[in-house]
Amino acid sequence: MRQTLAQKILQRHTDQPITADGQIVQCRVSMVLANDITAPLAIKSIRGMGVKQVFDKDKVALVCDHFTPNKDIDSAEQVKVVRDFAREMDITHYYEGGNVGVEHAILPEYGLVGPGDIVVGADSHTCTYGGLGAFATGLGSTDIAAAMALGETWFKVPETIRVNFTGKLPEHVGGKDLVLFTIGQTGVAGALYKALEFGGEVIDNLSVEARMTMANMAIEAGGKVGLFAADEKTLAYCQAHGRMGDSPIAADEGAHYWKEMTFDVSSFSPQIACPHLPDNVKPVEDVSNVRVDQVVLGSCTNGRISDLREAAKIIKGRKVAKGVRFIVIPASPGAYSMALDEGLLRIFLDAGAIISPPTCGPCLGGHMGILAGGERCLATTNRNFKGRMGSLKSEVYLAGPAVAAATAVTGSITHPGALG
Amino acid sequence: MKFKGKTHVVGDHIDTDAIIPARFLVTADTAELGKNCFEGLEEGWVKRVTPGDILVAGENFGCGSSREHAPLAIIGAGMPVVLAKSYARIFYRNAFNMGLLLLELGDDIERIKEGNELEIDVAAGTITNLTTGETIGFVPVAPFMMEMLSGGGLVEYVKRKVAQ
Repeated sequence: MRQTLAQKILQRHTDQPITADGQIVQCRVSMVLANDITAPLAIKSIRGMGVKQVFDKDKVALVCDHFTPNKDIDSAEQVKVVRDFAREMDITHYYEGGNVGVEHAILPEYGLVGPGDIVVGADSHTCTYGGLGAFATGLGSTDIAAAMALGETWFKVPETIRVNFTGKLPEHVGGKDLVLFTIGQTGVAGALYKALEFGGEVIDNLSVEARMTMANMAIEAGGKVGLFAADEKTLAYCQAHGRMGDSPIAADEGAHYWKEMTFDVSSFSPQIACPHLPDNVKPVEDVSNVRVDQVVLGSCTNGRISDLREAAKIIKGRKVAKGVRFIVIPASPGAYSMALDEGLLRIFLDAGAIISPPTCGPCLGGHMGILAGGERCLATTNRNFKGRMGSLKSEVYLAGPAVAAATAVTGSITHPGALG
Repeated sequence: MKFKGKTHVVGDHIDTDAIIPARFLVTADTAELGKNCFEGLEEGWVKRVTPGDILVAGENFGCGSSREHAPLAIIGAGMPVVLAKSYARIFYRNAFNMGLLLLELGDDIERIKEGNELEIDVAAGTITNLTTGETIGFVPVAPFMMEMLSGGGLVEYVKRKVAQ
């Protein structure tokens, strides 16, 4: 059988022959992840299961990134539960403090995930690692507890939607715009229970970090995974982050797809997802001049070094508009450190931005930038559900880093090319 | 497995932030989560629920985050079963793992309105709308999911496997 990427990766992790989509297969997992919100529930389940040790202490990652640095006593108590469990089980990859960043930013940077892996995480944006050619998906805490205990989990082999991008990417248009455009086309339930597989010349030329930005939002189309072939670029990225021995992986020519979509990007504008669903997508020109109170640059979607560079390039020598809070959140200690060395933090500070430590923070309405009723935010994050960043009466618009920086400068949603 | 109760209807694409906003995710306690069920949809939403009531939703119910707190909040609020046009994938797995029954009705969901009195017979595969007198069928739940549910959820399943 000519295999899609999803079928090919799943097959590597099971002894059951995969013959069709829809089949239920039991697969061995390469890495199991949970965070400070989801791990406490997983730990409760693991205790209930009577499990005395995890299947492999080197294949479990516990990342305290959501409400950290601990925002209140309850959050501190939850982190304590995770910390104590990590000590008890002698978990190798426990992150809290100076080594912590947004989970989906640090796992690739620490070389813990890569091509051909199956990664399950108690976080819906686990699909990010699809950008490296991993079958990576979110599960609930108890599924994660079972995977931590047994080292395996079940999957229904998903049907695949293949999305091809052709043409030449215009200036100021990147991975975020491509994925927002895709979600606008499919709708938030368009890829329900399905795999999204991205390809085409535009994807071949895209950076690995931009591919992760795209894979990250597969869940916003309802997708199980967002997959990219692992090519020479992927292998170079993995090697640079301490992983050796990876090999390329791609779908077979002529594999069967449930649906194929092809888009020419040559005339694309930066894309904006308007309140209150990620599929309410419009080109930036259609929402120009919408006033904002806050701009957030960060998250597992767009808080990597390439995102910080893109935003810094736009805002360099300019000032944040009066009355606007521009919150910059490097997603990992690595991105923070590089931004420091490259002078990006100086650029942001001189412009009047607020720089936060790496955290999920405001993306899910945790802390570090919560919105009041009637306030509006443009964010490089991944969800604009009603009340996601604070009050039920607040609004969130989603965009890429270049639009975020341009919007911070003018105080209303702005095409970066319009700054002059 | 049988259920009888009054319906509460919510819309399409109800996300997990609407079911239980992130600020309430500082506990893993089912009853505590239940007190804030649908607080992200409307303040005080849960006050309308009498234990045993049935939740009715549209397309893609439970989309968004992987938080298992979402099915727990629904259980904690006293609603043991959800009927919807369709469900988001992670929520679907989580619900069965936690012991919350989900039935997928497709377009037949339109035949159920706010405040209807329903009787659900899971084994027979029927929902009787006592208010309208109509009978509605549903997509059968996969046998192994049903086994998981009736066996006490995933925790009990793994417990048995670990003990072997």
